[in-house]
Amino acid sequence: MAAAMPVRQQPGVTGGRRAWRRGLASLLDFWRRFRKNRLAVVGGAVVLLVIAMGVLAPWIAPHDPTQADFFRRFRPPVWMEGGSWEHPLGTDQLGRDILSRIIWGARASLTVGAIVILIATTVGVSMGLISGYYGGRVDAFIQRVVDVLLSFPYLVLAIGLMAVMGPGFSNMVLALVYKEWVTPCRVVRGEVLAAKRQEYVEAARAVGAGDAHIMWREILPNVLSSVIVVATLRVAWVILMEASLSFLGLGVQPPTPAWGSMVAAGREYIFQAWWLGTFPGLAILVTVLGINLLGEGLRDALDPRLGE
Amino acid sequence: MRWTPMAAAGAPPEPLVQVRGLKQYFPLGSTWVDRLLGRGSRWVHAVDGVDLDIHHRETLGLVGESGCGKSTLARTILRLYEPTAGSIKFAGRELTTLSQMEMRQMRREMQMIFQDPFASLNPRRTVEQIVGLPLLIQGVPRADIRRRVAELLEKVGLSPSHIDRYPHQFSGGQRQRIGIARALAVNPRFVVADEPVSALDVSIQAQILRLLQDLQAEMGLAYLFISHDLAVISYVSDRIAVMYLGRIVELAPAETLFAEPLHPYTRALISAVPRVGSRGQVRERILLSGSPPTPIDPPKGCRFYSRCFLKEKNETCRLVAPDLKEVTPGHRVACHAVAGTL
Repeated sequence: MAAAMPVRQQPGVTGGRRAWRRGLASLLDFWRRFRKNRLAVVGGAVVLLVIAMGVLAPWIAPHDPTQADFFRRFRPPVWMEGGSWEHPLGTDQLGRDILSRIIWGARASLTVGAIVILIATTVGVSMGLISGYYGGRVDAFIQRVVDVLLSFPYLVLAIGLMAVMGPGFSNMVLALVYKEWVTPCRVVRGEVLAAKRQEYVEAARAVGAGDAHIMWREILPNVLSSVIVVATLRVAWVILMEASLSFLGLGVQPPTPAWGSMVAAGREYIFQAWWLGTFPGLAILVTVLGINLLGEGLRDALDPRLGE
Repeated sequence: MRWTPMAAAGAPPEPLVQVRGLKQYFPLGSTWVDRLLGRGSRWVHAVDGVDLDIHHRETLGLVGESGCGKSTLARTILRLYEPTAGSIKFAGRELTTLSQMEMRQMRREMQMIFQDPFASLNPRRTVEQIVGLPLLIQGVPRADIRRRVAELLEKVGLSPSHIDRYPHQFSGGQRQRIGIARALAVNPRFVVADEPVSALDVSIQAQILRLLQDLQAEMGLAYLFISHDLAVISYVSDRIAVMYLGRIVELAPAETLFAEPLHPYTRALISAVPRVGSRGQVRERILLSGSPPTPIDPPKGCRFYSRCFLKEKNETCRLVAPDLKEVTPGHRVACHAVAGTL
């Protein structure tokens, strides 16, 4: 049967184009499975919208987010009495445009989310690979560190670290990474434990492949889909943490707009001007919800086994 | 038994692979309860003192029931496991003392074909990456690898245009051909085939077996061919070794083994092979009772003692492990009753 296979030569197809075609084919395949989940598509759209908002903030925000105007304080949203289209979501206690601040605030949330997850995933995946692959004492050591970190409540640990290091953007990233790598580490370790017993790993060893090749080239590609899913879902969590820290005044510092600190500021005026805290709060809610829906859709499309 | 290391040095009758007293024990791991009770860790005696020669261009069949240590023996010979004791010589070179680096060099000479064509190919790697890996490790320049992989695919009966496909795009038989191409990529002299056809449909089995035989003739390969299927083993093997619970119990040229099996275990095995066209001839069917003893702390004497049906068996069998003795030229058996050492 195999011997009778017709030879279809593709002259002139270079290595780069081959890889590109292969990538495109698997991408289309993925999209076909992904789009079946309507909610995930909605989630993906929301995430894209928020990203676009952050990227395009200087062009789409109607006002300067830090420009105070004491004659326009506490303007209500457009649909309430006294509201106007100039400030569709109203103004805050300093007369700054809330819509503009929400648009600019997307930057803080997305940057922190992306940077923290990028660093934490790199560290966590490496640690998980080493831990699961070598096992024994290395594994025991790494997993005890993980256990210790897991035993701290996330926010309390982050607040403690920020108290030591001082508030600010880069310190906040560090404080979140400090514990965030634990999640990808655990996930990858578990997957590696299963993958390293596969016969293809033994086959690689039989032809003389070294540990590094087996870990990064044979095992990692097989655990990558769960890494992507976990990373996506954790972005939502990190954004919540960023909002919490900013709410507590430890994160993004004023006057830079951030959703968390906007909610904090709005808290004082909740009875006079509810829109101060409500709209940034809604922004957090919608973004986190969107990411979660997207993440679950990715999980189902990339790796049906994970859907428990 | 011919065992004269001094006579080595390129003398033609020297076997390609020479295994002596090979043991492979796996620790069971002692729990804290064991330590509390003063028990040491226990061991699975997967391979327990095996002597074996594999000659140039020969197929040595290794047969035995599942769990008897066939695969472990094969993997230990390739040093995929570190042997507990014993010696493995490949073309006169001792393998057990080689460093990992030196061993990597040696892997150019000795390769393996795996049982499960689905598990043994990484689903996330292309045929080029899978078959080209041994070449990459042996330092073949990347530019040459692709050309060489295409040649190999043709050699094993696959289309070179499939080079960029992933394993899931192939059938079981085709996948096994990919596994064979991988094993042959570096022109080895010795190939371990661990149940290479047992996961395939019967119609495909014959194709793969023929391919293996053609490649053997073409490339001058020596095979250690593992199977639990006597029909397959008798079809491919020059000599056959029968394994039982970590030991070789009988070793003979293929025809001899089937014509006059000596060890009671071999006799039981062969009597169980269904034969077409033997209607009318009443053949004695030997039914063994019970199952083999556990390889954890195996019996001291003959391992087959608990299931042996010979009338001659006695206390010697129970207490003294029989050696693999040559009873007629080329025919060795480990049985007190047969070798007359009762």
